[in-house]
Amino acid sequence: MNNILDIKNLHKNYGALNILKDVNVQIEEGDFLVLVGPSGCGKSTLLNCIAGLEEITSGSISIGGRDMTSVSPKDRDIAMVFQSYALYPTMSVANNITFGMKVRGIDKPTREAKLEQVAKQLQIEALLSRRPGQLSGGQRQRVAMGRALVRDPKLFLFDEPLSNLDAKLRVEMRTEIKKLHKELGASMVYVTHDQIEAMTLATKIVVMKGGVVQQIGTPSEIYTTPANLFVADFMGSPAMNLIPSKVKTNGKGCELVIDRGTDQPLVLHDTSAKNLPDEVIIGIRPEDIGDAKLRKSKGLETSDCLVDVVEPAGADTYVLLSLGGKEVTARVPGDTKAASGERMTFTFNMSKLSYFDPQTGLRLN
Amino acid sequence: MDKTYNSSMKTAQTVTLRIGLYVILSVFALYFLMPLFVMVTTSLKHLDEIRSGSLIALPRDITFDAWQIAWSQACTGIKCEGLSPYFWNSVSLAIPAVLLSTFIGALNGYVIAQWRFKGADIIFALMLFGCFIPFQVVLLPMAKLLGIMGLAGSIQGLIFVHVVYGIGFTTLFFRNYYVSISQELTKAAKIDGAGFFRIFWSIFLPLSLPIIVVTVIWQFTQIWNDFLFGVSFSQAGTQPVTVALNNIVNSTTGVKAYNVDMAAAIIAALPTLLVYILAGKYFIRGLTAGSVKG
Repeated sequence: MNNILDIKNLHKNYGALNILKDVNVQIEEGDFLVLVGPSGCGKSTLLNCIAGLEEITSGSISIGGRDMTSVSPKDRDIAMVFQSYALYPTMSVANNITFGMKVRGIDKPTREAKLEQVAKQLQIEALLSRRPGQLSGGQRQRVAMGRALVRDPKLFLFDEPLSNLDAKLRVEMRTEIKKLHKELGASMVYVTHDQIEAMTLATKIVVMKGGVVQQIGTPSEIYTTPANLFVADFMGSPAMNLIPSKVKTNGKGCELVIDRGTDQPLVLHDTSAKNLPDEVIIGIRPEDIGDAKLRKSKGLETSDCLVDVVEPAGADTYVLLSLGGKEVTARVPGDTKAASGERMTFTFNMSKLSYFDPQTGLRLN
Repeated sequence: MDKTYNSSMKTAQTVTLRIGLYVILSVFALYFLMPLFVMVTTSLKHLDEIRSGSLIALPRDITFDAWQIAWSQACTGIKCEGLSPYFWNSVSLAIPAVLLSTFIGALNGYVIAQWRFKGADIIFALMLFGCFIPFQVVLLPMAKLLGIMGLAGSIQGLIFVHVVYGIGFTTLFFRNYYVSISQELTKAAKIDGAGFFRIFWSIFLPLSLPIIVVTVIWQFTQIWNDFLFGVSFSQAGTQPVTVALNNIVNSTTGVKAYNVDMAAAIIAALPTLLVYILAGKYFIRGLTAGSVKG
């Protein structure tokens, strides 16, 4: 019963349009939940439903154990940070932060004490008398966070708060949000389309597509055992390699036969796989295809493959091959001797393989 | 050699173009200023001088008699008390009508742009349509309505007509201004606990100075300069200045007092001129306000 947020069978329609379909999400106190998906997947709508800014068609939402399904936003004990920061343009930073308290009728000494505390925490004391128009993007971001922090809410909501910042600042603020989460021990729901942001921040990720929850899990669960082809392709950069393959089952497990065009088919052996259909799509992360030096562990298979393209990226080099008619990325050490147009020995980590059904796209193992 | 020749050619060309430009601009400026010049000089002349002299000559000796007469003695029909009572009629009708229609427009625009509700687009389209209804079409129904409301022939009745007729425009102005403001602002304020009117007063109205200026200038010019509604829905004693000006010019007996007519026309036009001079730069700023990022 210590679920801070409990969403049950939530549906949201706009007229005949079904935006959210049967969403069920629970988080515990102190969780950092990230809603991630491509644009139009309904993640922001879901956040607005949690905030009470959008009415839901059916289902229920409870926050801190109280049913909030039809409670107005101001009484949900939440605070929200918006993509555009949504600072009140004609008010000073101090008034922006204290506006909510003023509306609620909290007395002046309390307001000022709170303001001081939050300004210190976010290091914006010097900015309090300025207008939002006089602040840089990063400063506005901090003020928006300050406005959320003074409420001391049960639940923080973030709607793509970093997407208006430049790349460097984004990484800095990401770290800062993570620190803040740790310091406060607060429960947060965070919307982003950036899967790296999702991986770095979350304690729990919800991957969405077309208004349907695809998978809920910890970042490592989502990364290592994606529930379907969409999640496999969406999470991780470079993306997971998805290779069509034929399967021959015999007494010692499965034999995977991967077409290589004019070349001999690539044959890999997976002794642990069972009950695979005749055709599957293999999912393998780039780091699970290495060169011959890939550290020895169980379940490695080696094979010679033709290198198409070599892309050095400093510490690592990405080598592109062509398998099963798909471009496949392998991540090898930066000092590799790989050269395009030449053959090279690659090692496949069979224990990290995911199998998907080509028809349904669902995970098989 | 070639180079100097070229550059001096270029300079000569630029200078010629400049001169041409200023000549054209001066001609247009003259064209637009000429009537005003004739009005001002004529209003400062004696009647004898007007009859004997040329139209565009400067006054030989300046007199403000015509202004005095236009303000307080000229005859509008049977009464001879000048423009002043009608001028104050116009003031007491234009100011409340401008303020009311601007305020209602702001509220309408705020609702339509920031509180999306079912049918908001249809309501906005209908209001927009209201901007294009010709004055003449509403004259008879409006007269009937004013009669039913007991406001026929009164200044309040004229205020009502102008407010109703102005709402379409003012709503359009404010809606277009507020629609460019992120809806997240309203959402943030809702989460902060502010209600419908609190958000309007504390957040949207303080943001609206440029568009308020635009709307006030627009509405003031429309209402002050209106003649048709003024002449249709007023009676003796409640006529606005435009109607009185018409009466002064048309009800002269005997010699036509051009100097008085000109002075009266300038007096009737002064307030709109003043509003433009005082708020003109905000007007330009307001018209382009939507394109500037916050």
